[in-house]
Amino acid sequence: MHGMLQRLQAWAEGRLPALTRYRRSENLPIELHRRRIYIVPTGFGLGFSVLLLVMLVGALNYANNAALLLVCLLGAASAASMLVAFRSLDGLRLAHIRAGHAIAGEPIELTLAFDSSRPRQAIRLDLGHASTAFALDANATTANVKLTLPTTQRGWQALPRLRVWSSWPLGLFRAWSWLHPDPSVLVWPRPELSGPPPHAVADDARHLRLHQGDELAALRDYRVGDPQRQIAWKASAHHHSLLVKDFEQPQSRPHWQLDWRQLHGMGNEARIARLARWLGEAQAQRRNCSLWLPGTDIPAGSGPLHYARCMNALACMP
Amino acid sequence: MTMPPPHRKTAAPPIDDRAFDLLSLTMALVLALHVPHLPWWLSVTLAILLGWRWWQRRQRIGQVPRWLKLPLLALLTLAVIVSYGSIFGRAPGAALAIGLLVLKLLETETSRDVRVGISFACFALMAALLFDQGLLATIMVALGLLPALATLRALEPAQLPASLPRTLLPSLALLAAALPLTLFAFMLVPRLDSPLWGAPAPDEARTGLSDSMSPGNFTELLIDDHPALRVSFDGAPPAPDLRYFRAYVMWDYDGRSWHYLATRHPGVPAPVEARGAIGYRISLEPTHRRMLPTLDMPLAAPAQAQLQPDREVLADKPVNDPLGYRLRSALHYRLQPTLDARSRRLGLRLPASFNPRTRALALRWRQHYGSDDAAIVQAALSLFHNHGFRYTLAPAPLGRDAVDDFLFSTREGFCEHYASAFTVLMRDAGIPARVVTGYQGGYWNKLGHYLLVRNSDAHAWSEVWLAGRGWVRVDPTAAARPERVTLGAAAAAGDQLAWYRGDWLQALRNRWDIVNRWWDQGVIGFDSLRQRGLLTPFGIRDTDTATLGVLLAVSSALFVAIGMAWALLRRQPGDPLRDALRGIERKLARKGIVRRPGEGPQHYLHRAARALPAQREELAALMKCYLELRYAQDEPPTESLRAFRRAAGNFRVASVVK
Repeated sequence: MHGMLQRLQAWAEGRLPALTRYRRSENLPIELHRRRIYIVPTGFGLGFSVLLLVMLVGALNYANNAALLLVCLLGAASAASMLVAFRSLDGLRLAHIRAGHAIAGEPIELTLAFDSSRPRQAIRLDLGHASTAFALDANATTANVKLTLPTTQRGWQALPRLRVWSSWPLGLFRAWSWLHPDPSVLVWPRPELSGPPPHAVADDARHLRLHQGDELAALRDYRVGDPQRQIAWKASAHHHSLLVKDFEQPQSRPHWQLDWRQLHGMGNEARIARLARWLGEAQAQRRNCSLWLPGTDIPAGSGPLHYARCMNALACMP
Repeated sequence: MTMPPPHRKTAAPPIDDRAFDLLSLTMALVLALHVPHLPWWLSVTLAILLGWRWWQRRQRIGQVPRWLKLPLLALLTLAVIVSYGSIFGRAPGAALAIGLLVLKLLETETSRDVRVGISFACFALMAALLFDQGLLATIMVALGLLPALATLRALEPAQLPASLPRTLLPSLALLAAALPLTLFAFMLVPRLDSPLWGAPAPDEARTGLSDSMSPGNFTELLIDDHPALRVSFDGAPPAPDLRYFRAYVMWDYDGRSWHYLATRHPGVPAPVEARGAIGYRISLEPTHRRMLPTLDMPLAAPAQAQLQPDREVLADKPVNDPLGYRLRSALHYRLQPTLDARSRRLGLRLPASFNPRTRALALRWRQHYGSDDAAIVQAALSLFHNHGFRYTLAPAPLGRDAVDDFLFSTREGFCEHYASAFTVLMRDAGIPARVVTGYQGGYWNKLGHYLLVRNSDAHAWSEVWLAGRGWVRVDPTAAARPERVTLGAAAAAGDQLAWYRGDWLQALRNRWDIVNRWWDQGVIGFDSLRQRGLLTPFGIRDTDTATLGVLLAVSSALFVAIGMAWALLRRQPGDPLRDALRGIERKLARKGIVRRPGEGPQHYLHRAARALPAQREELAALMKCYLELRYAQDEPPTESLRAFRRAAGNFRVASVVK
């Protein structure tokens, strides 16, 4: 049933250019206007009109003018509700979209910022089968709507067509429009599940250097139990308390140099998956790392921004 | 920012409390509107059931179990069948529908249930109008739509929070916006000339004049102040003591009651010699009978009605809807100057062996006055006037010889007693006489220029046939109690009426009646005939269905166009800063400090500060704030903007200007 409906819709869009006018993606911001808002009665609307028709015939048959007046009032109010439904979409603006981060196969979170010059209620946004409702209140006429988009593979993924609709106020009519924003979202590669640790070239050198040179060592206050040979006597002479040379941090978190060229003999995707896993481990261990990719060289660094930069670079690999 | 969790389309989540409250409110209103014609036990049971369900769902969300619902449904059907004998027809149908509506509430949990319930409630609201289509009832029903529409709104997700009364306001606005189209559609929807299927027979006749009269059965009528008819005259209205509206002419007396025989002697109307006539239009409330009351002596029958032998007017069909008709009547006339033998015999017939003392009195008068019938009539009237007869709406009961008891022992009663006794007296004396019932008096509504006649204006009098004068109206009640004729039944009854029918309230109701009349004539009485004449002012004499359809389509399109214009209207977002500054300028301009063209805000406010030294600091602060918001940032924060607007609104120019 559902598949048939989709085929029917595809066929209709192929035949009717008016339906496909807004099929192509557009640049933000997208503002809804009268030429792209469609209105159809809902199932309840159809049922209600049948009921009104029955009531009309009854009122006419019994020549009951008060009842006729009531039927006319209900009918006119229903018609007016159609305009209200239109008005709840007209002028709505999708200002920008912020995408979160996600690895392929996991849903990516999108934040859509809508704004408008007047308050609106009960606007719904459909993406595939998921539906979200939001309102824009009178004071802050901006709404941030969060949506999740399923992903399949790494790289730039175009946003699908979103349907924004509303059956406000009475649920008799449904005003709807397509939103097909242009921006794509970047999906990160999925790391491999397990594999060898990186061959860290810089490990030994860095380790030794840290133990040989006093200059690089950090100084901290003496704590009971610190070995005597670590006390920085010269520096302590200038202070009221004892200072101790601290080697701990650099010792256990050596710098990783991740390099595309090291992983020869593997497929491109496998290389990317492995690099992604290493990047993830480095991030989890708060370890400094640098990444070399064909065409890209990211110097050593750490932190979420660095991780995102590296993952973006991986995601953009051809 | 409201951010409800995403929901799945397939699952049907339970509705929230607000929607359920509104739905319960709708159902309660529908029930209240139907209470007047439901059996009291059903109303009470349904109200309790409704209240219980509302309370129950507040405790725990969920349907009422099936084992409770099914027996309730069976019980309801059974109760309706036992009470009415059937489930078909208007009253049992309505009772069943209301019962089902309340039962629907028991299983209402999802939006779909609510929508079905609301649709059904709309239908039940319309059904209430089948029982009473008065102005008040219609307004109440229209107000019943408010919670119904608000319930539908409450089903939509992601709403801005509002209190319960405030949720009704948008529905009111929607109905108000729909009103113009409603009125056009109402006028233009083609009416049916004849019903598609049988229109419902009236279940019970309202109290009203009936075709028989026995002393005492007017009592209900005389305390019923529903309008009976409204009369607008072409010229000046007749004097109060000439406002006699004839309905039934009764010849047949069985010792207790007078009867009207519709098929007494089908024949030509009695001849009348009239001098002068008055034209008028009567709008008659539904009586469910065929008799059309007329002012005194009608000269011809209106359409779809026939003049009867005694010149009463009988419609072809019972009056089940408000009916308007136009007539000409004579107030000074001679009716049936020569009496045929059959009529004379009927006019003298009395049941044997009733009222011996009355008969003796009449024979005594006959002996005393000889052949002077008019003198006998006078003698009877002076008997009523001089011998302690009292007018009361609660007379003592009468025995078998009702007229004897009334004339010689109780001597109290109202128009029926007087008319009946007088007529019997006349027949005993050998003067042809008959009883006429109808209405007398009425309230003259100055604002609307019409006479309002209520059921309580019902009256009975006599007509006696006098040689050379024909049938002459004699009102024996007037002899005993002249106020009855000049002031009306309420005044004649004095303080026997309940407090709520006091004068002031009556006066208020009389004035309010003009609205009812407008409603009855303009809305209820707008039938296919009037609809065809709708376009007469535009030169189209007979508007047919096709024309009406075209007009309906055109006017609907027009209103849709107006609505579209509104829907497409986009107010340019104004500049709140500039608007606030304009507000200050207006206040200063009233004190003579007008901003010159091309003058910057800084210069202007400096000038104002110089002119108003007392408010120099306030103005300086406002100016600083304005300049900062205007020029220091691209998009000033909303809070600062609002603060500036508030400050500008609070700014008051001191009265002293130097």
